[in-house]
Amino acid sequence: MPKITYQDNKGNSKTIEVEKGLTVMEGAIQNDIPGIDADCGGSMACATCHVYVEEKWLDKILKAEEAEVDMIDMAYEPKKNSRLSCQLIVTDELDGLKVTTPAQQS
Amino acid sequence: MIKTDTIIIGAGPIGLFAVHQLGIKGLKAVVIDNLDRAGGQCIELYPDKPIYDIPAVPECTGEELTKKLLEQIKPFNADFFLNERVDEVKQDKKNWIVKTNNNNEFYAPNIIIAGGVGSFEPRKLTVKEAEKFEEKSIFYSVRDKQKFKNKNISIFGGGDSALDWALELSKFSKINLIHRRDKFRGAPHTLSEIKKLEKNGRISIKTSCQLESIDGNEVIKSINVKYEDGKIENIKTDFVLSFFGLIMKLGPIAEWGLNMNKKTIEVNSENFETSKKGIFAVGDICNYPGKLKLILSGFHEVALASVECFKRARPDEKYRFEFTTSSKTIQDRLGKK
Repeated sequence: MPKITYQDNKGNSKTIEVEKGLTVMEGAIQNDIPGIDADCGGSMACATCHVYVEEKWLDKILKAEEAEVDMIDMAYEPKKNSRLSCQLIVTDELDGLKVTTPAQQS
Repeated sequence: MIKTDTIIIGAGPIGLFAVHQLGIKGLKAVVIDNLDRAGGQCIELYPDKPIYDIPAVPECTGEELTKKLLEQIKPFNADFFLNERVDEVKQDKKNWIVKTNNNNEFYAPNIIIAGGVGSFEPRKLTVKEAEKFEEKSIFYSVRDKQKFKNKNISIFGGGDSALDWALELSKFSKINLIHRRDKFRGAPHTLSEIKKLEKNGRISIKTSCQLESIDGNEVIKSINVKYEDGKIENIKTDFVLSFFGLIMKLGPIAEWGLNMNKKTIEVNSENFETSKKGIFAVGDICNYPGKLKLILSGFHEVALASVECFKRARPDEKYRFEFTTSSKTIQDRLGKK
């Protein structure tokens, strides 16, 4: 199974195996990763699963669609590498992906 | 004190359908919601987004679903208490007393919590000085626009609220419209109006930058924004208006002594009662093995919860399962002849 690394804003990280087809958000929720709230349950309506994707992965993941970028406007402290983890679907290609959670989600 | 059969907390789709399921069983209900209108997430988060999984409704938006539900529950004349948040829940033998932040008190044998993920609040600015200026120099909504007359106003956000207020307040004030990227989500027409005003200096549009810090003691004197390239700009500002949408906070629900699992309330899946007799939780806020956060699941949950509500509200009557298609009693309650 692909391994995903979730790092908090203080640098503590946890690497877990996430089943292919799940989203990076679901991987976090199922494994009690703090820092990802996902209040709306993955419908791109709340921006509380906001993560920063490690730069080197930006080319390997599918580009954010407009609705996602619009939603990231609402997130706390968005950056160039901001994504909503509910829109990142885990595949073999994403094995090793590292995301960092922001200081605050809600 | 207002006496009723069931106090429904949350006017989202499941709270609204609760009125229906209770109503056809002859039970009265009041609905309390922190927002100023019914609809919950459907109306606040995705009023225009299509929903495709409401049974027998191939496609409808959050707003349409809310309207239809309000129409469906009209015969039951439930009282709505909007702009009110339930702060306290107390037990009185077999009944419950609910108090709101508006000092209303309700008394009923049943409470149905259909609170979604909690109550909606504006998403606040994160810079550390922001809190002390809140309601003095920083605002998350405009109640009285006279307050903003002949001032320097910095508006943050890229959606309709930010654009609409930039346009409106530019009639009598100097506006800085500040957004993290150069593309705005708001209505193109409003944006083109704003671009016209930019030319004559009423509005200054600053993009690809975010709030970095705030200067001032009692009130704000100026703010600093940081651009993507690291450059800092100081902007003379009297008032900051920030429009980053709403977030959901569980709020006081966590203090009512219910068995919780993270932000959800544990229920049994037979009647969706919580760890307290007479308090039910339905919709996104409840949790049980196999729970799906779908509107259609919430409808099922509240149908079952309403049966137990009936038994508690009418202990001397026998509950009879009836169909709306054939029951004269139900049709009377629906106002059908």
